[in-house]
Parts: sequence; structure tokens; C-alpha cells
Amino acid sequence: MIRQRSAESCKVIFTQLQKHNGFIALTMSRNALTGTRIRDQRQRLGVKQADLARRAGISASYLNLIEHNRRRIGGKLVLDLSRALGVEPSVLTEGAETALLAALQEAAADRPQARAEVDDVEDFAGRFPGWAALLMEQSARVAELQRNVEGLTDRLTHDPFLSTALHEVLSTVTAIRSSAAILADTKDIDPEWQARFLRNIRDDAHRLGHGAEALVRHLDQSEGASSAPGTPQEEFERMLEGVSYHLADLERALPVSPKALANAQPQLNSAPARQLAEAHFERYASDAAKLPLADFERALRGCAFDPARVAAAFGVPLGTVLRRWASLPAQGGARPGLVVCDGSGAITFRKPTDGFALPRFGAICPLWPLFRALTQPTVPLREVVELGERAPQRFLAYAVCEPSHPEGFDGPQVFEATMLILPEGHVPFPPGQKHPIGTGCRICPRTACAARREPSLLSEGM
Amino acid sequence: MGKRVLLIEDEPNIIEAIRFILSRDGWSVVTHADGSTALEAIRTQAPDVIILDAMLPNRSGFEILQDIRARAETQDIPVMMLTARGQQKDRDMAERYGANRFMTKPFSNAEVLDVMRELAPI
Repeated sequence: MIRQRSAESCKVIFTQLQKHNGFIALTMSRNALTGTRIRDQRQRLGVKQADLARRAGISASYLNLIEHNRRRIGGKLVLDLSRALGVEPSVLTEGAETALLAALQEAAADRPQARAEVDDVEDFAGRFPGWAALLMEQSARVAELQRNVEGLTDRLTHDPFLSTALHEVLSTVTAIRSSAAILADTKDIDPEWQARFLRNIRDDAHRLGHGAEALVRHLDQSEGASSAPGTPQEEFERMLEGVSYHLADLERALPVSPKALANAQPQLNSAPARQLAEAHFERYASDAAKLPLADFERALRGCAFDPARVAAAFGVPLGTVLRRWASLPAQGGARPGLVVCDGSGAITFRKPTDGFALPRFGAICPLWPLFRALTQPTVPLREVVELGERAPQRFLAYAVCEPSHPEGFDGPQVFEATMLILPEGHVPFPPGQKHPIGTGCRICPRTACAARREPSLLSEGM
Repeated sequence: MGKRVLLIEDEPNIIEAIRFILSRDGWSVVTHADGSTALEAIRTQAPDVIILDAMLPNRSGFEILQDIRARAETQDIPVMMLTARGQQKDRDMAERYGANRFMTKPFSNAEVLDVMRELAPI
């Protein structure tokens, strides 16, 4: 009785899988999984496992896992194995029921400590089709997440350039530290040795500078187009980079819906990335409706590029003008950058500009006008800032922190700070003092900084 | 003549600095910079202690350490590993392969002297 019900339930879920996943359901015995069929065919032909593995271009150990239904296969490998066995591929595979049973068996094999009742897998799939399908989906999701984590870890630990460059920098620092200590601690040092160590320190200091610059260049490029994005945030940023942060589809009189636009982006592969994009597109569309492109560009020129005057002219908050400015279409030359953070200082949006590194996480320089704006909500800040010691670059920064009350009087007050970064040459810079800032203490060479919270890797021990 | 240390390191200015501080401490310092011929150098020099950089041209220090411990004539020589990476997995690997000490760059001269005196008391 139970068996009969199981079979009926199986049919239901196979039909569901057929609909949802496009599997081709064929009516064959549920007992014959693909791996079992491969083993049966091989043994029937009297072929050794190692020989079949070689013919199919895989290792014997991998074939062994396949034959024991510990690994799921499909596509080209099924074709290769069927060709090597001289049978039609359909002899080795059949529809969704095999896929489900194989997925459950693989999930059990990956977690043997869970002691899943592997022998009862068909009964389980038949009696609890919804749970079985959920388990299969979760197992696939875990595998996907593991691959993502491995990919991210790999990028951090196995980037050959990064590894070599860091080794080079640390070795040079070691040489400088040892040589300097010798000069400082050895009272009776021979003048010839003294001259030699001084020369070494000078050469190493040059080398260290070049090494640090190469490292920064590499890290900047890594955030560009070379490697595949690993997180939803990276996917989203890569997509925006591809359109230079300007979304022509949202500039029209009748713009497309943010959701439709997010779903139409081929670079956004994950749901979280599409969610990030949709939220950004909604805000972009709202800003564009308040500040239409042609009107905004005209107003900028008419207000002598003063964002506060533009905000007053349109009756919008200053932050809206700063965001809108950063979204103008690229016109050659240096492009403006934009960075947004929440009340905790966590970066929530960044549009990079050349020469001004915008870290995604971690401890950023507290001297950025962005963070000072957090301490003075609604007060607009304008400052000429200077980055770098070897080849300093100047930028004009406009920043403001704006509170909002999305849940009314009874809800929390939410703060967001926005900073527009204009490279030199973009607009005339106001006269007055320039303020030295950095990227973050750990890689900042300014040792005498009043806001320093930890030693710099570039200066300690030198 | 003091005890003999073989410094296997490819960074010339580190070699020069370590050679200077160890020589003044009474050590006889021999240096070698190439990973692929390091074992040959160990055989011919028969040092009392080896300072071995983890990242060398042509062959890693960890591989060399494995060979040192696998050969009867070198397996008892104390080895201090140097590395620019202070990751736990590097420490674990050095320990697993039989390093007596593990030192992360940048290190101080005093640290090097202390460890050397401990590994081979003069």
C-alpha cells in the first residue's frame, strides 16, 4: 500500500521538477541510477574501470565515485561515457527521478556523519516529495556557496602577484630595519660598513616605494575588470562600471521600471546583486525625476558649479545634487567620484575616481569630509583634500550628512552621509588651505597624523 | 672559529645585515641564495644551524626543509625558518616539516641573535 502511494507521489514530484527545471522525465525503473547503469554496462562488456575511465578522459577514482552514485554527471561526460561504452546516452540516463535520487544520495555521501538512511532514499522521496525536493535544492545551494567561499578565499591567498609583491615589500622592510638597527646600535662600526649599510638603506627605501606603488596599482586594477566578481556587491559594482555609472534607461521621460531594468542586466547573476541594483535604480530614477539631465547640467553651469545653490534652485536636499552630479554621462577626462556611508561609517555605495582609493570595508581615514559630515548632520562641508606623499593629488570634496525618518516620529532617525569627489581640472578649486588625508592608517605614510589610530605598515620599524 | 651557520636567503641586503650581526657575535656565516642547490650547499658546508627563507628562487624553503629532515646526514641540524607571511598555516607547515623555530619578517636583530644562541649555544 505504502509502496503504491510512494510511486504516485513520485510521479507528482517528477512532474513538478519537469515543469520547474525542464528535466525530461522518462519512464524507467527508479532503481537504476546513472552510476549503476554505467557500472552494469561496463561489467556486461567486460571492460575494466581504469580502461573506461581512460577512454572517457577521467580518472579511475572519479569513475568509481560515479559508478557508486556518489557524483552526479551530465552533459559531455555522459556523452563521452556512452560513446566509450558503445550505447546511446539515454541508456545511461533517464529523467528527473534519477536526478532527484542521485542528488539525495550525493547529499548523504557528503555528510556521512548525519547517518542518513541511504537504503530508504526512494521511499523517502516517494513519501515526502516536497521535503526531498527541498533537500535537493538546499544541497545544491550549499555546494554553490562553498564554491563562492573557496573562490573568495582563493583570491585572497593565491593571487600570485599579491603574494610576491607583499613578500617583496616585507623583505625590503626587514632589510631596512636590520640595517638601521645595526647603524643605531653598533658604536664602533667601521666607516666602510657604515657607508655600505647607509647605501643599502637608501636603495631599499627606493625599492620599497616602487613596491608599494605597484601593490596599490594592482589592488586598484583588481577592482577593475580583470577578475570575476565574487560577491553581490562586486557584481553590482561591475555592472555599474560597465555603464560608467550613468543609466540612460532611467533618464527618459517614461523610464523603464527599476525592477525590470535590474532583471535585464546580464552581469547580475545572483538575486542579492539584482536587489542591490534595484534599490540603486529606484533612487537613481527618483533623483533623475527631480533633476532632469538637461535642466541639471544647465543649472550647474548657471550656479557656477555650486551644489548648494543648485539644491536651492530645485528645492531638493544637497545629497540629491551630489549623487546626481556623480551620475552625469562621462565626457572624457577625470570623472567625479562618489561615496556614501551610513550612520556607523560603513560604506554603502562607491563610485571610484582615479587617484582616490575607496576601500569597501575596514578602517578608512577618519579625516575624510564624509566622516566629519556624520558629526555635523545637515551642515554642508567643502574641502580641498590631498592624498599621497610621493605624488600628491588634490581633490575638491563636497559632503553632507542627512537624517531621515522612514518609520515616522516613533521610529529611529537614520543618518546617511554623501561625499562627492571632484578631481583637479574638473571645476575651479576654491582658494585656501588643502587638507592632507589618507586611505587608511595601515597604509598611510603620514606618521605625524593627529588622527592616527594604529601604526602604518609603511613606516613602522623604519 | 665559532659555530657555523648557513643562511639560505635570496635578499642581498638581509644577507648582509644578518651576516654582520652574526659575525660580530662570533658565528662563521656562509650564505646561499638558490633554492634548487640549497641541499648541495648544506651537504658541503655541514653547518651547525640553518637559517632558511621560505620563499626562494626555484624551490621553496618548505620543500628544502622536508628534504633536510628526510636525510640522515642533515636531519638533526637545527633550522630556523624565515617567512614574510605570518599566516597560521605557514607556521603549521613549518612545524609539521620539522622547523625548530619560525620567524616572521620583519624581525629584529636581537630576536635573530637570541634564537641562534638558543639553537646552538656557543
